Amino acid sequence: MNAPILEVKHLTKHFPLKNALGAKTGQVRAVDDVSFALQKGETLGIVGESGCGKSTTARLLMQLIAPTAGDVLFEGKAVGSSELPLKEFHRQVQMVFQDSYSSLNPRLTVETSIAFGPQMHGVSARDAVVRARDLLDRVGLDPKRFAGRYPHELSGGQRQRVNIARALAVQPRIVILDEAVSALDKSVEAQVLNLLLDLKDAFDLTYLFISHDLNVVRYISDRVMVMYLGQVAELGETESIFATPLHPYSQALLASMPSMDPDHRTEAPPIAGDPPNPINPPSGCRFHTRCKFAQAACSVNAQPLLAYKANQHYVACEFFAANAHLSIASTEKAAAELTEVHA
Amino acid sequence: MNAVLDFNTVAASAPAAVIEHLRVTFTGGASPVRAVNDVSLTLKRGETLALIGESGSGKSVTLRSLLRLHPPKKTQISGRIEVSGRDVLAMNTSTLAAFRGRVASMIFQEPLLALDPVYSVGDQIIESIQRHIKVSRAEAHARALKLFEQVRIPSPERRLAAYPHEMSGGMRQRVMIALALACDPELLLADEPTTALDATVQIQILLLLRELQSRLGLSIIFVTHDIGAAVEVADRIAVMYAGQIVEEGDVRTIMRSPRHPYTQALLQSRAHGSLAKGSRLATIGGAPPDLANLPPGCAFAPRCNFADDGCKQSEIALVSLTPKHHARCRKTEQESPPSGGEG
Repeated sequence: MNAPILEVKHLTKHFPLKNALGAKTGQVRAVDDVSFALQKGETLGIVGESGCGKSTTARLLMQLIAPTAGDVLFEGKAVGSSELPLKEFHRQVQMVFQDSYSSLNPRLTVETSIAFGPQMHGVSARDAVVRARDLLDRVGLDPKRFAGRYPHELSGGQRQRVNIARALAVQPRIVILDEAVSALDKSVEAQVLNLLLDLKDAFDLTYLFISHDLNVVRYISDRVMVMYLGQVAELGETESIFATPLHPYSQALLASMPSMDPDHRTEAPPIAGDPPNPINPPSGCRFHTRCKFAQAACSVNAQPLLAYKANQHYVACEFFAANAHLSIASTEKAAAELTEVHA
Repeated sequence: MNAVLDFNTVAASAPAAVIEHLRVTFTGGASPVRAVNDVSLTLKRGETLALIGESGSGKSVTLRSLLRLHPPKKTQISGRIEVSGRDVLAMNTSTLAAFRGRVASMIFQEPLLALDPVYSVGDQIIESIQRHIKVSRAEAHARALKLFEQVRIPSPERRLAAYPHEMSGGMRQRVMIALALACDPELLLADEPTTALDATVQIQILLLLRELQSRLGLSIIFVTHDIGAAVEVADRIAVMYAGQIVEEGDVRTIMRSPRHPYTQALLQSRAHGSLAKGSRLATIGGAPPDLANLPPGCAFAPRCNFADDGCKQSEIALVSLTPKHHARCRKTEQESPPSGGEG
């Protein structure tokens, strides 16, 4: 396997909670020891419910917030080190946010917004404007009509196209899409998803695609990472995860997708209750409070990520083989393959 | 001057709700916005109807008109709205106040905004009960407790004393449902009740609504942009576009043989599991029309592959395909049979 373009090692972010006097009263364990690698040219989807740390992970990757612990390596170089200063890293990795309106400067025309990034990286103003107009064309907005417009003059879908063009203006290698299509109407969402696929091919991009919409993630991702309360529950190739989810949480999450068949509606909720608060996450396996397979040991032992199929499918549950109702033979086979990841 | 209505006298044979030629125009802005343009529908008793559409299609405006929730000075409403045989548009203020919550009540998308932050949730339900029904506080409290059990709130007695901010999103939505059901309404209106919830919680609330509907014999109008949510709860689906119902029929018909080009495109533009990797989604070009400046003919014509000049000239009549399946389109005979209904 090739060396990954981006590596994340034991990434951790704890937000301190303080009382009115400033004394520390606890901490939100937003991201807790998350490790994964992004391969060049792939799309890695991150799914999970609110509070699972998927957006915090994205912000940590972009160095928008400082991690409590852990490292981010871009092509083997530590981000923020003398080898790879932040400014250079930000030329390589760009982000598109969910709210297309608040992520654009309302006082700048879209052309100026798109041209701003390249100028910061030493492109002349004239060349930057040429690039901006070219990118507007590439994202499906006619530069003659749109270059001089302000964000409020555009629809949500058009604004998100501008945000994508702006992210691409510095010619990045990786684009992080944090719920980038979630605020769009379905018919517009489909247009933007198609655009993202076209641009990925045209510019040889690698995507980290964060969404709560499992259908969209399945459609666009090569691999999927399922997060629960700040930790990785399962990571693997998209079809492997969707066909045989191994972690009880992934199983419940996938079974929670509404049926599209009126004759096969969902009979009973796959799990009860809401995700717990990440301020005081449950001990041991964080999912044990909602897990129908939970055993006494689950509330004590934290679950490391285990390989089910090496390099293809990882799961943070010791009992996954039994839970997935795998045959005895395959359980043994899986057990033989068990090697701890990131050792 | 407590206008407690004698709602028992209403003929039990009247449909739960009848809307005829409803038009809603908002006049507060620079130019009038025609949010609803000639909507007619009938909801039978015990039936669940889903109004689906994208943002700006008029689905929430239609729903809110049933309780007359629009600001009267900035809204022109014409047409006819009857709930359980009562003319809603003719009600005076006190009749309307007695009608809301007692005959028809609403569940909103954001329970945190809809619930009062300074009263415990129990107090809010008790107030609502005592507002409409002559019972002592103790009786109202007992009733509130029963409601909490009905919507499956764990440790209901303790939860009655809780404030909205102390509850999780799913629990707050259960409180919202309990509040809406406090006075045994005949008609339940639900405005995107699961949109703000996480996937594993959303399915719990959808199934709760389905269960309450069948147990209490409620009539429900359910507004959503999520086709899957509609399939899970609804008997019938009405698809809205630019303030009109463009197609209406039972769930199976709409999912399996949609006849309006917009419905077909909406179903085909969804990302779903059976799509091949890297294939592009079918999209609807363009964007929904500006409601302040609607075209004279079919509002979908500028985005429709089947449209001709005739579609752009005058309003399109509703065509009855079967007695229970209607589409507002001149071309229902000519379209290619759609695929639709995949999982």
